[in-house]
Amino acid sequence: MLKYRVIPTLLWKNVGLVKGISFDSWRRVGPVLPAIKVYNLRHVDEIILVDITATSEKREPDYEAVAEFTAECFIPITIGGGIGSIKHITNLLRAGADKVAINSCIFDNPTIVSEASSRFGSQCIVASIDVRKRPDGTYECYKNSGTIPTGQEVVSWARSVEASGAGEILLTSIEKDGTMSGYDLDLIRLVRDAIKIPVIASGGAGNYQHMYEAISAGGASAVAAASIFHFTEQTPIEAKKYLAGKGVPVRLAHSFLPGTSD
Amino acid sequence: MHVVIVDYGMGNLGSIFRAVSECGSHTVTISDNPGEIVSSDKLILPGVGAFAEGIKNLRDTGLDTLIAKQVLEEHKPLLGICLGMQLLATWGNEGGKIQGLDIISGEVKQLVPHSPEERIPHIGWNEVHAVRDTVLLQDIEQNSDFYFVHSYHFLPGNNADIIAVTPYCGSFVAALNHGSAWGVQFHPEKSSILGFKVLRNFLEMPGE
Repeated sequence: MLKYRVIPTLLWKNVGLVKGISFDSWRRVGPVLPAIKVYNLRHVDEIILVDITATSEKREPDYEAVAEFTAECFIPITIGGGIGSIKHITNLLRAGADKVAINSCIFDNPTIVSEASSRFGSQCIVASIDVRKRPDGTYECYKNSGTIPTGQEVVSWARSVEASGAGEILLTSIEKDGTMSGYDLDLIRLVRDAIKIPVIASGGAGNYQHMYEAISAGGASAVAAASIFHFTEQTPIEAKKYLAGKGVPVRLAHSFLPGTSD
Repeated sequence: MHVVIVDYGMGNLGSIFRAVSECGSHTVTISDNPGEIVSSDKLILPGVGAFAEGIKNLRDTGLDTLIAKQVLEEHKPLLGICLGMQLLATWGNEGGKIQGLDIISGEVKQLVPHSPEERIPHIGWNEVHAVRDTVLLQDIEQNSDFYFVHSYHFLPGNNADIIAVTPYCGSFVAALNHGSAWGVQFHPEKSSILGFKVLRNFLEMPGE
């Protein structure tokens, strides 16, 4: 059976990793490379690494840094931030990314998803969608790290990126981000039921029960989390043991292998 | 021993290069040079991307016939990974019905979900169930998890070529072998310790 994934999200700003609340109030949480090495040693399911200032600073992704980060990463890694063209995606895949997460550029250049998926295959194109809830209860997509409203409603947008060939959706609630108060389960369920590609829930995880809810009530295929791993003693492997105890299929076998650090 | 990772412009060659380099004292190169491919002891055909684009790149450089000759006539061991395995087929269907390398008889088709819970692409860790004993999967516990990321799967013309299956969309072929050609649908270079074991098994298996 396909396992539900627990994915640490690493937000990269200038020289180090940061974590904020609702895409603001950034705190420094340490350098990038050691974090990737630790997750690699602990055999996490996957890593997401996003350069959160590249787009607003109108920079291309930093391919040299990405190549350095992925050099000793033998688990899947998704890279996002600053991607604006097919050339950027080509360079990132060459630099060691397994998948790329694209967000703002889809609003400016909607054909990038179909071009990228026909060239590289849908499976490596992750559409990242950041949303805020409107007063009327619907959800609006934002670009440029949550700073610019796009006017796009999340369900129609998710359907449109799916139709264009995105292989996965990384769905982040801006309000929930960094609050550690639980995922927006209604949002996850809404998008998940509207499309057929996997949804990665993001924004709000504060404990393992929240992850369980995103999977059981939200219907997510994977749960991404940052603050919980930066600011508490909770870990991806313990999260998966908790989920396994609740009957959720997760990948645990590696922890029983001789000679591994877990 | 010299292993060549065939560069045909598709995807993430860096991670497979580093994983193979970690697996022992072999000489590993990434190359599209025909001379180097011919003089190598083993070949790895990696690949992330679409079938049509992959086969076009191999044709444009003439590597398609070269690789087929190396495997079918010289019996050089080759490991195809993900798209690299799918390209070994007679036919592909990603971007229209297209002829593949025809090294292992079969057709590559899109996965079809058997329930609403099964989403495509098939992304994540899933079990690999060996259906016969092979050197490629030796010393790997039955039903161990490996990392997959794909929307298409290989339907072999001969069931005897199947060495492992994965329970998704009914059941699909996770690993294949025909003669000196081997293929895995999963990504050993991204499957942590067990992935390294598969690579080591390939590197250590006797050549011709």
